[in-house]
Amino acid sequence: MSVELLGALTVFVLAILCGFAVISKVPATLHTPLMSGANSIHGIVLVGSMVIAASATDLLSQILSFVAVAFATMNVVGGYVVTDRMLQMFRRRPTAPARPAEGAAAAATEAPKA
Amino acid sequence: MDLLEALVRIAWLIGAAGFVIGLMRMSSPATARNGNLLSAAGMAIAIGGTAVLLAARGGAGLTAWIIIAAGIAVGGGLGLYTARTVKMTAMPQLVSLFNAVGGGAAALIAIDDYIRLANLQTFAVNSIPLEISVPTVLDVVIGGITFTGSLIASGKLMGVIPGKPIRVPGGQLVTLAIAAITAIAAVYLWTGAVSIPVLFVIIAASLLFGVTMVLPIGGADMPVVISLLNSFTGTAVAMAGFVLGNDVLIIAGALVGASGAILTKLMADAMNRSVLNIMIGGFGGGEGTVSEGGPEGGSVRSIGMDDAAIQLAYASSVIIVPGYGLAVAQAQHAVRELAELLEDKGVTVNYAIHPVAGRMPGHMNVLLAEANVPYPQLREMEDINPEFDRADVALVVGANDVTNPAARRAGTPVSGMPILDVDHAKSIIVIKRSMGRGYAGIDNELYVNPKTGMLFADAKQGLADLVAAVKAL
Repeated sequence: MSVELLGALTVFVLAILCGFAVISKVPATLHTPLMSGANSIHGIVLVGSMVIAASATDLLSQILSFVAVAFATMNVVGGYVVTDRMLQMFRRRPTAPARPAEGAAAAATEAPKA
Repeated sequence: MDLLEALVRIAWLIGAAGFVIGLMRMSSPATARNGNLLSAAGMAIAIGGTAVLLAARGGAGLTAWIIIAAGIAVGGGLGLYTARTVKMTAMPQLVSLFNAVGGGAAALIAIDDYIRLANLQTFAVNSIPLEISVPTVLDVVIGGITFTGSLIASGKLMGVIPGKPIRVPGGQLVTLAIAAITAIAAVYLWTGAVSIPVLFVIIAASLLFGVTMVLPIGGADMPVVISLLNSFTGTAVAMAGFVLGNDVLIIAGALVGASGAILTKLMADAMNRSVLNIMIGGFGGGEGTVSEGGPEGGSVRSIGMDDAAIQLAYASSVIIVPGYGLAVAQAQHAVRELAELLEDKGVTVNYAIHPVAGRMPGHMNVLLAEANVPYPQLREMEDINPEFDRADVALVVGANDVTNPAARRAGTPVSGMPILDVDHAKSIIVIKRSMGRGYAGIDNELYVNPKTGMLFADAKQGLADLVAAVKAL
């Protein structure tokens, strides 16, 4: 067992414990946004997808890594935007006018009202 | 390690810290939005750092950059478009879809890595080391299951696939057989020769397993299933981290895997179900079983619009029980209008929010908040249940199973599920399109209660008519 593997295992176990500790008591109201937020975090797989895309030389590898990058980006971008849209609902006060869009991260402007 | 690599690793560390602190802050309503933005910022830093590292290393040729840019453009465009245009009612299935592609990406990383190693030919037979082959197989299996499982879950919520439990021909046997094939193939790769065909057997078996795992589970349990699959994806991403030797993937993946597991348990607890129970087949055990011992054949009393309006306007306390029917009818604004009208008449109005009202925990709160319902009026189940005894009218809009008193008895498909004590109110008005059944597929005994008046109407139209009728009083 290599030193690298031991280090990675250490990080893995501590991160698991950290994950358990972070979500201890959450009001039911926040279950859905929290799940969606966690869902965006595993979009970090984009980093791995970029790494394999960078070293892809044969066609198969290139196709696989293209799909991986597209999938992962969809996970990241969609995940954060939809979570923000959910959470936005909690903050608005009854009389406040519609919030102006604020930058890329808050690209979560209202869906067009049908 | 040179300076650049050190800086990029620090960027990854900052990203990981952003995820942890972001998740912490998302556990409380006041800081939740800020937490999500913090987590997004961490993500941007981690991804930006990766791009810098790849550029500076010079390993990536022009083709590679085109692949990355095209992938980001396609995936980012799709993600942004769907996330911005999805209706709030349809949001759970979209989250499930994002989860599917995340799991798919994680599996693809391991597949690609394995094929490259196998093609290198520098290994003697049986020499892809265990520390690569173990996480590779786990990544492919977990990622594959998540990919198809989440797609099925999403399809069930969208209505593309029927929400009711679907029996897989052969049932448990098929599932067991697939699991056995996967296990044998996995052990073969861990002990035997390097083999791409065997890897593809594992891929196929995992994809199939995801389908057979989720199909037999009823639509009502989908939130718990999606949460569980979300946790799976986290684990798959951590495995991809082991394959690539990348710490930030391991940290973020393990974080989501663990917190997702806790969240799954919290959700299942809110429905008084065990996760194992749900996975084994949920409500599907006795599909269509009619509860015995219930007041069968009780007559349903229909109530007119004006009658209902009078009851509501002259009550001193009204509790509104919103359900999924309200959400699909987009009636959240109409319900708020009615509530405000009643308050102007001096009626105390509260909303009773069942933990799983809507399609997911917290879904109903989001919908009502969107309609500007004041947050303090949204009361959670434990909090509001004692108050039904004092309420003059309980107005049920599009909620079904969560109000069924049959849950208090043993032997029905909803037994043990915590319910709102709607039947304790002095009178009950139910707005519902028809006598159709809820997700659990059983009749609601509340509807035949002598205190209950059924107002047969679409939730939105019914509420609008009620508003007009109350105004006309």
